[in-house]
Amino acid sequence: MRRVVLSLVVVGAALAPAPALAQEAGHVKVAKGAVQIERAGQKVPATVGAAVQAGDVVTTGADGSVGITFLDNSLLSAGPNSVLTIDRFAFDSTTHQGSFESSLKQGTLAVVSGKLAKQSPDAMKVKTPAAVLGVRGTEFLVRTGDATR
Amino acid sequence: MASRAALAALTLLLLVGCAKPLRDDLYVLMPDQEGKTGVLAVESGGQQAVLDRPYASARVAEPGRVQPGTVSEQEARQAFGAALGAQPARPTSFILYFLEARDELTPDSHQLLGRVVDEIARRPAPEIVVIGHTDRVGAVPYNDALSLRRAERVHDELLKVGIAADRIRVAGRGEREPLVPTADEVPEPRNRRVEINVR
Repeated sequence: MRRVVLSLVVVGAALAPAPALAQEAGHVKVAKGAVQIERAGQKVPATVGAAVQAGDVVTTGADGSVGITFLDNSLLSAGPNSVLTIDRFAFDSTTHQGSFESSLKQGTLAVVSGKLAKQSPDAMKVKTPAAVLGVRGTEFLVRTGDATR
Repeated sequence: MASRAALAALTLLLLVGCAKPLRDDLYVLMPDQEGKTGVLAVESGGQQAVLDRPYASARVAEPGRVQPGTVSEQEARQAFGAALGAQPARPTSFILYFLEARDELTPDSHQLLGRVVDEIARRPAPEIVVIGHTDRVGAVPYNDALSLRRAERVHDELLKVGIAADRIRVAGRGEREPLVPTADEVPEPRNRRVEINVR
């Protein structure tokens, strides 16, 4: 009897959802012009509906812009010539706890914070090469760039 | 004395003039849809600017050189036009109510379902989360099952009008999250509901 129970447990584990799904942080909702997602060294075009994961680098070309909705309802949208990295995303949909860190290396970004920033004032951070932004449940704009170039 | 002040001012002007900005950074706090703002703390090289009013801004010419100020709405729209233009639709949610102890929508809620479907249809790559709830009449396991049945009922209605199954997630929360807190075994129509989150 014990052996039967054991094998049932193993079958159950095999049917469990793939862990890759847990890394999903958000989805592309808007993509205009050239937009790419760089993941583990591979570049793929960021089409509407594409999943965005922690670790992804989202880049837009001179004519590009992109809008992403995250699992906690944060909205990030970037204008042309932008380089946006999703450094970290963890969200517990029951407790609304977790953390969301992203960095804009260059370009423009519009942010509407979501449930993470609402739950905890330190949960969301946006970095640029020159500054760190602490977010207390809010909407804001970020432009960063090297002025000497 | 006056000439010394003038000299100091001139020196300052020259110094500022010489220190060409190395960066083109601009941070702007925006009002939300109700005109309110949260707070944005801009920290750079040990300096900090706290933005807490609509269109409050901070410019950073190089790390540690943080200049607070204000931009006009027009300036903000101009500098960030493309990023704002690519902003996804705001997530929204609906509540549909059910008849007591059943997975049947109230007549009013049945009508609202049409609006939910329209909202989903106008969104690119929509994601829908359907969460069923009950009031506190009945045992917890019974209500867990009933809440899930309610959510699945809405799920089926959405499939019927052509919304793809892989876009919809379904959950039942039983009597755990009442909209209106009540004692156990109290009938409460406002708690017999399904929440539909669309983003």
